[in-house]
Amino acid sequence: MMAKFLKNRELLLVGAIGVLLALITWRFPPFVAPANLARVYNDTSILIILALGQMAVILTRCIDLSMAANLALSGMVAAMLNAASPGLPIPLVILAAVALGTVLGMINGALVWKLDIPPIVVTLGTLTIYRGLIFLLSDGKWINAHQMSDAFKALPRDALLGFPVLSWLSLVMIALVFLLMSRTALGRAFYAVGGNPHAAVYTGIDVGRTRFSAYCLSGALAGLSGYLWVSRYAVAYVDIAAGFELDIIAACVIGGISIAGGIGTVAGAVLGALFLGVIKNALPVINISPFAQMAISGTVIIIAVAVNARAERRKGRVILRKAEAV
Amino acid sequence: MKILKSLMVTAAVSLALMANAAHAENKKIALVVKALGIGFFEAANKGAQEAAKELGDVEVIYTGPTSTTAEGQIEVINSLIAQKVDAIAVSANDTDALVPALKKAMDRGIKVISWDSGVAKDGRMMHLNPSSNPLIGNMIIKLAADNLPEGGDVAVLSASATATNQNTWIAEMKKVQGNYKGINVVATVYGDDLADKSYRETQGLIQSYPNLKAIIAPTSVGIVAAAQAVTDAGKIGQINVTGLGLPSEMAGHVKSGASKSFAIWNPIDLGYSATMIAYDLIGGAEAKPGAELKMGRMGAVKLDDNNEGAMADPFVYDAKNVEEFAKIF
Repeated sequence: MMAKFLKNRELLLVGAIGVLLALITWRFPPFVAPANLARVYNDTSILIILALGQMAVILTRCIDLSMAANLALSGMVAAMLNAASPGLPIPLVILAAVALGTVLGMINGALVWKLDIPPIVVTLGTLTIYRGLIFLLSDGKWINAHQMSDAFKALPRDALLGFPVLSWLSLVMIALVFLLMSRTALGRAFYAVGGNPHAAVYTGIDVGRTRFSAYCLSGALAGLSGYLWVSRYAVAYVDIAAGFELDIIAACVIGGISIAGGIGTVAGAVLGALFLGVIKNALPVINISPFAQMAISGTVIIIAVAVNARAERRKGRVILRKAEAV
Repeated sequence: MKILKSLMVTAAVSLALMANAAHAENKKIALVVKALGIGFFEAANKGAQEAAKELGDVEVIYTGPTSTTAEGQIEVINSLIAQKVDAIAVSANDTDALVPALKKAMDRGIKVISWDSGVAKDGRMMHLNPSSNPLIGNMIIKLAADNLPEGGDVAVLSASATATNQNTWIAEMKKVQGNYKGINVVATVYGDDLADKSYRETQGLIQSYPNLKAIIAPTSVGIVAAAQAVTDAGKIGQINVTGLGLPSEMAGHVKSGASKSFAIWNPIDLGYSATMIAYDLIGGAEAKPGAELKMGRMGAVKLDDNNEGAMADPFVYDAKNVEEFAKIF
């Protein structure tokens, strides 16, 4: 019973989030008010969108450390576009951010695909390059709230049926990525490439191209998040989202997406991000010292990795039975 | 590159010299900045020129390297020594690297002071801090209290829990808390100088303390994020965000009403005061612990045991003046 429960990563996470919410309620009851939970979801929306992209990359046995830097660069460009010509329609600005994000993702993908450099090295390099580019573009200067047009800042905040557009956007992205993963050849190819790259080649899947596609997806989502980030926090500077790549990867790991590739679900990524989101939003209201906050986040991630490692070991040794079951 | 740079500096200084020949009796005070082309220092120069005009017989030479390097400043200082200026007032790119060059200047009878960013004790006669820790601590709570005649709950949003300057200011603030009746500091939270974490911590404060009247953020990332979070929560008018920030970054939030006022040192006053002090030293005043040096309209600065002095309270920016200063820095 317990083993079965532990194997179903999504159920386990739902349970963990439930326990977490119960613990927080005990210390600070207003936290579970529906309005507040909606706010927490809204606050986690950007992390969810990014985790979806990272998931696709990790599924193919790669990693994208440059996502937060990509977000920062795309966001800075979006903010600079808006500051330079406030009349430019916002959809165009968003399109530009997504396009730039995609191009940055393509650079990662091309380097991994054509030059065969290990993904961690490629994206560690581009992380620094993208951050450096922001500095070159902006000269280290900030784009501040009053330099952005009202329309630019309004989009993630505007309410639609009682929820902010930011929340709706993340729901749309979840749906789109879910369809991509479960209903398209590309989605299945992500799993195949990560599960067994050599076997994937024999089934006619181009491993390099599939990885390239995964990087394009993570780049596009990072670009979109870039716009959302700078418009939500109404400020753009070189260091925005500094260190956020670790949160994205942590969300994926907590969500049961195997760093070894091939295992993971959209629901897992979303729940992993939500789990982090609940912790991040709860810690400030339950009076935990800032030093303990870091330790708590770290502990959670290590526990998640430990649970993952156990689950995968079992799976790894009984390939045949699993194949029969499918 | 180096040759080109020194050629340019020499050319600039000789030009300044030629212009000077007409008023040979003028005292020459060099205002050396970290790098040319930075708004903050251009504003300091504005203040220095104002002081020169007021004094009448002073010419200010505004100079500095093209990038913020200690080497560049040393070249500039050496050429100033060759020009036999009367005083050098420097905002240093490095505490120790400039000391030998500045010592040489003092050996030649040039008065040397540092301002804004200091030089080690051996390399200057005195250092002018823009403000002091107690003055800053007092100012940040005063900004909150001034808008709360009835008193009320206020919270502090700091940078990281280990940031020395932030912790010092907050400690100084708590020392004088008793002077502001009814002001109740309910919490100190940390945004780690990250926009998203500061934003989230602000949301946490708004939730945890329904009667919160003000948030004090003595950090430029924090104050902007807190103002945005208060705006998004629809609490403009109920919660006032204040603290330390730059006018160019805060102008929008002052306009929206999320922040009624905030403070930071005024670079114009700083340049003005540095020039005034240099003039006082040229005139024979001595920089020693306990001495008071005149700063014109800014009053006088009293030197501590380390020959350092603080100019004044941080300058307050509000709806009346923020637009004007936002153009400067």
